[in-house]
Amino acid sequence: MAFIAIDRTAKQIVLTVQEYSLFAGRAFLNLFRPPIYWTDFLIQSDIIGFGSLPIVILSGFFTGGVLALQSSATLSAFGAAAVTGQFVSLTMVRELGAVLTGIMVSGRNASSIASELGSMVVTEQIDAMRALGVDPMRKLVTPRIFACIAMLLFLTIVADAFGIAGGAAVTVFLNHQDGTQYFHMAYEHLHYPDIIQGLVKPLFFGYLLGSIGCFYGMRTTGGTEGVGRATISAVVNSSVLIIAVDFLITHVLLAIFA
Amino acid sequence: MNHAAASAPSSPALEPDAGPVVALRGVSIAFDGPPVLKDITFSVAPAETRIVLGPAGVGKSVLLKLILGLLRPQNGNVLLFGEDISRMSEEKLFPLRSRAGMVFQEGALFDSLTVRDNVAYRLIQEHVPDEDTDSRVREALSFVGLEETFGLYPPSLSGGMKRRVAIARALIHHPELILYDSPTGGLDPVTSTTIIELIVKQRDVHAAPALLVTHRLQDAFTLCNHRFDAEQNRMVPLPAGQTNPNTTFLMLDEGRLIFDGSLDELLHSQTSFVREFLE
Repeated sequence: MAFIAIDRTAKQIVLTVQEYSLFAGRAFLNLFRPPIYWTDFLIQSDIIGFGSLPIVILSGFFTGGVLALQSSATLSAFGAAAVTGQFVSLTMVRELGAVLTGIMVSGRNASSIASELGSMVVTEQIDAMRALGVDPMRKLVTPRIFACIAMLLFLTIVADAFGIAGGAAVTVFLNHQDGTQYFHMAYEHLHYPDIIQGLVKPLFFGYLLGSIGCFYGMRTTGGTEGVGRATISAVVNSSVLIIAVDFLITHVLLAIFA
Repeated sequence: MNHAAASAPSSPALEPDAGPVVALRGVSIAFDGPPVLKDITFSVAPAETRIVLGPAGVGKSVLLKLILGLLRPQNGNVLLFGEDISRMSEEKLFPLRSRAGMVFQEGALFDSLTVRDNVAYRLIQEHVPDEDTDSRVREALSFVGLEETFGLYPPSLSGGMKRRVAIARALIHHPELILYDSPTGGLDPVTSTTIIELIVKQRDVHAAPALLVTHRLQDAFTLCNHRFDAEQNRMVPLPAGQTNPNTTFLMLDEGRLIFDGSLDELLHSQTSFVREFLE
């Protein structure tokens, strides 16, 4: 009995992965094939990009501040408190800016995409769109994924900037260290490979959270309860996958830039 | 099919030489369980209105979605406008679907768009100029008697108004086939009659073939026993004993097609489920 349950679950997981791969592949190809609904892309960019700005600014600022607090305490023990700026900027730009933004935007937008599309599925709006001769993959899915990719790139830059600013605020006002030295160290030790690492990741994260949100939304079944399940699945899976993919990308990029 | 009942003189005649607009041949479909529809075979001729009867959950809505290629059959063939769409790709289906119109069970209007944009959805996708779009939307809304809702959003409309807007959206491009999925389901009798009157008007004025799914016998009989009087601009009953010859019936039970024929044949059917359903 238990074996049958495990067998069924394993098959379900494999089937989901297969369906997601096909869905994500088709959505990716649609990014380069007309018609591209630019108006929908701009609307989604506003919702995803501008709408996420406050949470990205706040989370970036306070994460930078915490990094400065923690690193300063440790580095002081070795008489190296002066490199706090380098530590904060490298950590934010190479890693935390992209990951934090990905997870924050995932929590806000993968959930809203899944619930919006899921509601459209259960109220037959998706069927109505197909009946009206419009491909929902092109009209709804592609603009959302495209907007997620583009906006996550800019939001990551914002998070990086506010993270470094948060670290500076802690360094100057709480640790009473020199602000010029902080920014000098932050700038001096930041190289192009670090920036490239930090800007390549959000492209993957944006694609992941957009496609996962759309995938769970479009395969919603079971009425309003199903919409809730789709939303949870979208947030959980996109957040976990962002961290897992971050590990893989970091591994590859470090090998390339080493 | 024996149309035993007398026909109404004003009704458009069938075109016997033209091929069927829709044809299903041995169609079956299942969803993770027993088949929902089993070996369904029937066709819809030009200018014919077919009423699909059956209890709730028998697969009537699935049938309409199969006809439009929104679902694919596991067995059998679905022919739409003479083309087999059973295995046709989604991209090839879009031009065929755009020749048909469908009214969904709950209207399926896009909540984030105004009534104008909902009704004009297809025209907007085709980049029809705004002025033309507005005039055609007003014409379609006028047909369903809802001109005043032009700038409103669907959540502010009643259930009956949503269905009428959905009918306007389905009819705006003068489709060659119209599919109605329980257009009066859950509505009060007065609103239901308004909707049925619109369907009769569409049938008698434009003579477009249609498939109407319902479990309400009263609506089905009203469609058969009435015609649209253009002079009075309202639906009027046909003389006693007359029925619309182009309006015929299908009945589903447990996924199988158990009846295909005219109103007269339906009323005199000896099939036990048909008798039970009618009583």
